[in-house]
Amino acid sequence: MELNEVHIDILKEVGNIGAGNAATSLSDMLSKRIEMNVPEVSLLNYNDIIESIGGAENVVVGVLICFEGDIEGVILFLLKKEFVHLILNTLLGTELKSFEEISDLELSALSEISNIMVSSYVNAISSLTDMKIQVMVPSLNIDMSGALLDAVTAEFSEAASKVVFIKEKYYCQNEMVYSYMLLLPDKQSLKIIMKKFGMDI
Amino acid sequence: MTNVTVGISDMKIVHSPEVLISYALGSCVGICIIDKIARIAGMAHIMLAYNNDRDKINIFKYADTGITEMVRKMELLGGMKLRMTAKIAGGAKMFEIKGSSAFGNIGERNIAATKETLEKLKIRILSEDVGENYGRTIIFDSLSGNLTIKAYGKQLKII
Repeated sequence: MELNEVHIDILKEVGNIGAGNAATSLSDMLSKRIEMNVPEVSLLNYNDIIESIGGAENVVVGVLICFEGDIEGVILFLLKKEFVHLILNTLLGTELKSFEEISDLELSALSEISNIMVSSYVNAISSLTDMKIQVMVPSLNIDMSGALLDAVTAEFSEAASKVVFIKEKYYCQNEMVYSYMLLLPDKQSLKIIMKKFGMDI
Repeated sequence: MTNVTVGISDMKIVHSPEVLISYALGSCVGICIIDKIARIAGMAHIMLAYNNDRDKINIFKYADTGITEMVRKMELLGGMKLRMTAKIAGGAKMFEIKGSSAFGNIGERNIAATKETLEKLKIRILSEDVGENYGRTIIFDSLSGNLTIKAYGKQLKII
């Protein structure tokens, strides 16, 4: 499937819609003032994403959330150590020295936070486009970013060779952290989204 | 000794004693083939099982066309199929999705297609480290034929 410039702009816009909501929900959950910039939304391929996240072997937390309904696909959250530390430290008061030492409680907290962020993200898209979308239970794994990513891009490579990549920068008490969110609609859903915006594909 | 990196949906052939390396394979499969007499070794990093649409641009994205083309190129460099042996790694299931049977089986399908293709080519698999739920960086020594596997939180493994 070939995407042209207009299609790409539409996907970027869809990426943009929910991002602010997701950040606000994070701020609410942590009851901490979190400032954020306008998210960077881009359409990237596997290699570009790997580069922006610090190399294929960089170990990150990956949270995969499937969505169903009028459109189907997945959202993949890639959380680097700094972001994970900020969340866990604020929420549970724990110090994360390395991913190897992460506890089950911390894992479920991360899973929950990601779920809430993704839900608020999807809700924004849902209400703006008037589509019904439900999110499913998240699946979490900690591993090399390249490995987490190839599994997901392979599943969706039929829809498009590039994915919507949303990078958000947060400031919290002089700390700067990033979250990375990948939006992958399936082939049919991509068509539906384009149609909603009056475009054919 | 030089290291040659193999990217995703990519393939490289080296002469002994060069080393082939591919980073962080998840559901992708790395196929390493060696002909010790011709002193050549190849590594393919495939992403999907079958090239059903006869995609001619990304041959190495798929197990069937990728492995076949790698073996053909190795033959052009003096390799002989009956001397070739293979080692494979990867094909993990990185995410467990509840209630969805279709999602997450790509690794399994990749392994099956890899084995089927190697069998068709009559190339023996000496050893494998496949499946499970973790990523692998693979390093193939074209001199010894050793395949080293690096995984997060695990000890180095040589197969």
